[in-house]
Amino acid sequence: MIPDLSVEIGSLKLKNPVMLASGTVGYGNEISEFMDLSKIGAIVTKSVSLKPRKGNPPQRIVETPAGMLNAIGLANVGLEEFIKTKIPFLKEVNSTLICNIAAGSIEEYVECTRILNKEEIIKAFEINVSCPNVKEGGLIFGNDVKAVGRITELVRGVTNKTIIIKLSPNVANIADFAEAARKEGADAVSAINTLVGTSFDIYTRKPKIKNITGGLSGPAIKPVALAKVLEISRRVDIPIIGIGGIMNWKDAIEFMICGASAFQLGTVNFVNPAAGVEIIEGLINYCNKMSITNITDLIATYKI
Amino acid sequence: MDIYKIIVVSNTALQENVFLLKCLSSEIASKILPGQFCNIKVSESDFPLLRRPFSICDVEGDYISFMYEVHGEGTKLLSHKKEGDLIDLIGPLGKGFNYKSEYETAIFIAGGIGVAPFPYLTRSLDGSIPYKIFLGGRTENQIHTYGLHNYEISTDDGSMGYKGNVVQLFEKHIPLLDKSKIKVFGCGPNPMLRALKELCLLHEINCEVSVECAMACGFGICQGCPIEKAEESDKYYLVCKDGPVFNIKDVVI
Repeated sequence: MIPDLSVEIGSLKLKNPVMLASGTVGYGNEISEFMDLSKIGAIVTKSVSLKPRKGNPPQRIVETPAGMLNAIGLANVGLEEFIKTKIPFLKEVNSTLICNIAAGSIEEYVECTRILNKEEIIKAFEINVSCPNVKEGGLIFGNDVKAVGRITELVRGVTNKTIIIKLSPNVANIADFAEAARKEGADAVSAINTLVGTSFDIYTRKPKIKNITGGLSGPAIKPVALAKVLEISRRVDIPIIGIGGIMNWKDAIEFMICGASAFQLGTVNFVNPAAGVEIIEGLINYCNKMSITNITDLIATYKI
Repeated sequence: MDIYKIIVVSNTALQENVFLLKCLSSEIASKILPGQFCNIKVSESDFPLLRRPFSICDVEGDYISFMYEVHGEGTKLLSHKKEGDLIDLIGPLGKGFNYKSEYETAIFIAGGIGVAPFPYLTRSLDGSIPYKIFLGGRTENQIHTYGLHNYEISTDDGSMGYKGNVVQLFEKHIPLLDKSKIKVFGCGPNPMLRALKELCLLHEINCEVSVECAMACGFGICQGCPIEKAEESDKYYLVCKDGPVFNIKDVVI
């Protein structure tokens, strides 16, 4: 028996809850060499901003125990180039496309969304208010509950497509941010973006990444991410997309039990670029073993 | 590029902390080009989490080999692999050396473990072009001659060969060469590559180098391995995808 893996995020129906996280799949072409992207629930593009961004100087990444720090700095080709050169490939992929938007000002979020809203292939927007590695935008907004509410409200004004607000874990109370997003019309939140961290060389006493701090990702952050998802799930009535250190189907199931309607794979794509399809197999086997006919029956079924 | 699980044939110490890992993979052997690399998962667990990039050292029939120096947890674990073990790797990755372009003599310049890609590269010349190799290290035990012929050696401490660095050794030979008809291939630590760049620009010598950089994915999605373009640009090159081999004029090292 094949269980029904389809899930809904607002008006968006996905064939399964497996999504590939922004910044870990580029614009789809490299990772398509490792797996059939049409099998994946959705792919989220690398953050797109109005103008191209060069990103931070090297060194941008460093490995840490069971994780990594990155300070890429939202390097991207910019809106115009994205539409011209990246969308044509993404059209061929036959996977649900979610466009992640980063910006340095509230107006830029709105402008980007307004322009990209015309692209039929884009089914949803994930608004990145939580990048820890850029000076403007990103965390400045992600740390300010009023700004998150305002961005959501204004972006809602220019699109009827699904809006997902990507939340930062670097705040005192993540559920307040989820509630602000919900109140202003977001369809879902994704949680969590990376945690601010750093790493130093003890001989040179210099930071190992040029930006001094970076975003921590990978299995090391999974317990934090689960706790944040659970916190939102218990306090706010909004679909949650769980992100943080998922390496296999067991991790994914854990997120769904803690309240996630879907989940995103991030760092694992670097290590095992075929993880997405392997996890779908794992979900099917788990559902069969547990006699679950519809994977949505798992969401927020924590027994506390 | 693809993900492979391939079998280890041998993993032998060439020096105290330098190893040669030989594996069986007809698929990679038939595809990989000199200067390309593979990204190896050294452990099945989440520690170390990321793969480690290693340039291809040699290809003989269906066998491929990697030369590596143990200097961290990842390479230490790799050095424990034994005959019959499986290695999980992604490859071939990156762009290799343009060794088929027009020149009459090839010069290879390696610093320490930077010699790793040269056995396969020199073998690929297939006797068609004369070449000379310059190997440098801080001391004698940093000189690795595996798979090489026709080399000269330099050591910083004079324990073997010419006393000085390898770029100085090469510089001494320049008057004997027709600069417009040679091509230099370099690989080694950044200070060596910087000195090499200065020398090659001064003498207008065509030179390609393979650069090293920490990377998370190795195939262009993480954007973790930028290298500055020599000409001002609003983009970086990515070492994994645009390199690891670059014309020395094109990048800031």
